[in-house]
Amino acid sequence: MTVDTAPAPAAPAPAAPARRGRTLPAGSVITTFLVLFLVVAAFSVEGFASTRNAGFLLLDVVVIALIALPLTLIVVTGEIDLSVASTVGLCSAVMGRLWVAGLPLEAIVPLVLVLGGVLGAVNGFLVTRLGLPSLAVTIGTLALYRGLAFVVLGDQAVADFPRAWTTWAISSIGSTGIPTVVVPLLVLVVLTGVVLHATPIGRSLYAMGNSEDAARFSGIDVARTKLWLFVVTGVVSALGGVYWTLRYGSARADNATGLELQVIAAILLGGVSIFGGSGGLLGVIAGALLLGSVRNALQLVNVPSDVLNIVTGVLLITAVVAPQVAARVKGRRRRRPAS
Amino acid sequence: MSAPVTGTPAALPEELAAPERTGHRGSALVHRLFVVRELGILAALVLLVVVTVVANPRFLSGQNVRDLLLSAAILTVLAAGQTMVIVTRNVDLSVGSVLGLSAYATGTLLVVAPGTPVVVAVLAGTAVGAVCGLLNGLVVAAAGVPSLVVTLGTLYAFRGLDSLWASSADRLQINAADLPSGFKALGGARLLGVPVLFLVAVAVVLLVGWYLRTFRSGRELYGIGSAPEAARLSGIPVGRRVLTAFVVNGALAGLAGVLYAARFQTLDTTAGTGQELFVVAAAVVGGVAIFGGSGSVYGAALGALLLTTIGTALPQLGLDPFWRDAAVGALILAAIALDRALQLRLAARLRGRNARRDR
Repeated sequence: MTVDTAPAPAAPAPAAPARRGRTLPAGSVITTFLVLFLVVAAFSVEGFASTRNAGFLLLDVVVIALIALPLTLIVVTGEIDLSVASTVGLCSAVMGRLWVAGLPLEAIVPLVLVLGGVLGAVNGFLVTRLGLPSLAVTIGTLALYRGLAFVVLGDQAVADFPRAWTTWAISSIGSTGIPTVVVPLLVLVVLTGVVLHATPIGRSLYAMGNSEDAARFSGIDVARTKLWLFVVTGVVSALGGVYWTLRYGSARADNATGLELQVIAAILLGGVSIFGGSGGLLGVIAGALLLGSVRNALQLVNVPSDVLNIVTGVLLITAVVAPQVAARVKGRRRRRPAS
Repeated sequence: MSAPVTGTPAALPEELAAPERTGHRGSALVHRLFVVRELGILAALVLLVVVTVVANPRFLSGQNVRDLLLSAAILTVLAAGQTMVIVTRNVDLSVGSVLGLSAYATGTLLVVAPGTPVVVAVLAGTAVGAVCGLLNGLVVAAAGVPSLVVTLGTLYAFRGLDSLWASSADRLQINAADLPSGFKALGGARLLGVPVLFLVAVAVVLLVGWYLRTFRSGRELYGIGSAPEAARLSGIPVGRRVLTAFVVNGALAGLAGVLYAARFQTLDTTAGTGQELFVVAAAVVGGVAIFGGSGSVYGAALGALLLTTIGTALPQLGLDPFWRDAAVGALILAAIALDRALQLRLAARLRGRNARRDR
């Protein structure tokens, strides 16, 4: 295993943070940042540290964190999927249409999950079998799936889902204020974390992201792995669609519009390189939580919601610029004695 | 001229045999491919219009066409700028927010100082966009951060700035009644029956197209997009060129904001939301490769026109307007699949020729 023995001159600038990420646990910077923010906010923002508020905060982060799980794996391999929010919308619309048609939710949910898998497979097929760039493909399916959602449901909303399901979606565990839905989410987080960080599959994803050719020559079936990642992302997005519909009690074609950008912001904030090959799941979860907490805290102190957008944008840019600048400074220091 | 210096003449298709040297012939082939690609979009556009006119003859009525051209003008200006950025293997996702910010800035200027000449208003809006583009470009070029990430960040930041400005100025919406009539006239103005805003867009496309094709720095943008490292090693000031592309793109997004203000005359802070995807879509449909190095601004402009026409044609064809986004998505997928096929074929042909020559 001599992946990392390349001499310094051969490594282009973007590779530097990747190597640093391996010595430091990935995402430790953003996690520290999150903890600091939570402590400061708990003391300075009135009502932030209440169980009620924690519940709200988590409810808002759930779907973003959920979709971020498989999408992180995709970004690690150097691909991207911008169609996730449209998949949420289409699945929500289909769910509403089927409910109106009289199917029970017990039948609808599996159908919708299968639909999500198919939508993901379409992305995966176009990317891995036809060799098209995933960025362009998923911009296409972003429009396509959202368009189909409107074709399915138009601009109407279906809102008469059974109370038992919709109240479960926003219920909390006992009197802790922690949403029930966090439990299955945590299971998925652990599962994804184990796959990414403790299995050969996970290692192969990093290998692909660092050098697809090298990965292929070392016997990894790159195309098939990526295809399955897109399928899984579709299924998980469908799950997000089901949950979104129940949480807001309303199936609409425009559900979760623009959510893809928030998910990707969380992933990048968490220290995953957009070029693939580096980053970890802990950072991503911290990134999603940080974005959610900052929004929540600002709302509590009545900062206009416009500022939230500015904060999100600036956070995202800083998170990416800072390590880049640090790496450059370090690189300059290292190079000087050599020359 | 079918006198190839090498190989078996019979094996060379007639259309490929052009100048003396192989290298030139190769680039002639590439050039021809792009022309074919653009003609393809044009054919699709003509087909769409013909089918729609057959279904509904009123589609080509004067007012309808003018509305179509007005809507296309804004997207075309955005697509022209975006092409410059994409060609360098970058992308600018913040253009929708820049458009919104510039439109609001222009509107505010005209409300606060109704006496402002239209030219000054146009320049002011463009300048706002250029500053936004400069910010994007500086972070991308100087810090070496991927443009997708930077402009995703500024997509949020510029939009936030826009609405923060609107709420703190207590002017959440600017209505047509607040705008001076001189500026409003620009929205409906025509020259020989053609909307002036569309002519502006055409002028922008021609200018950018001329620059990209004729100027050395324009050609260098393609070089950067094809192989950034090779461009750097051959002495192209990559950072400066990329920065320029971002500034010009920002300025054009600002101009698009002014056009938006002139056309719709009712401005709130949501102007241009989600436009970035349609802009990138227009460029991709027009044959601009998403990973840089190839494509032309004319193609992107045709792509913008095609996307806008689809939006207007669907209702005329008796289809639910809800089909529009789906059609746009399908079109993007078809376009990139086509590009891939053409690219593979081109590579095979060039390889075949070189093999013959080496023999």
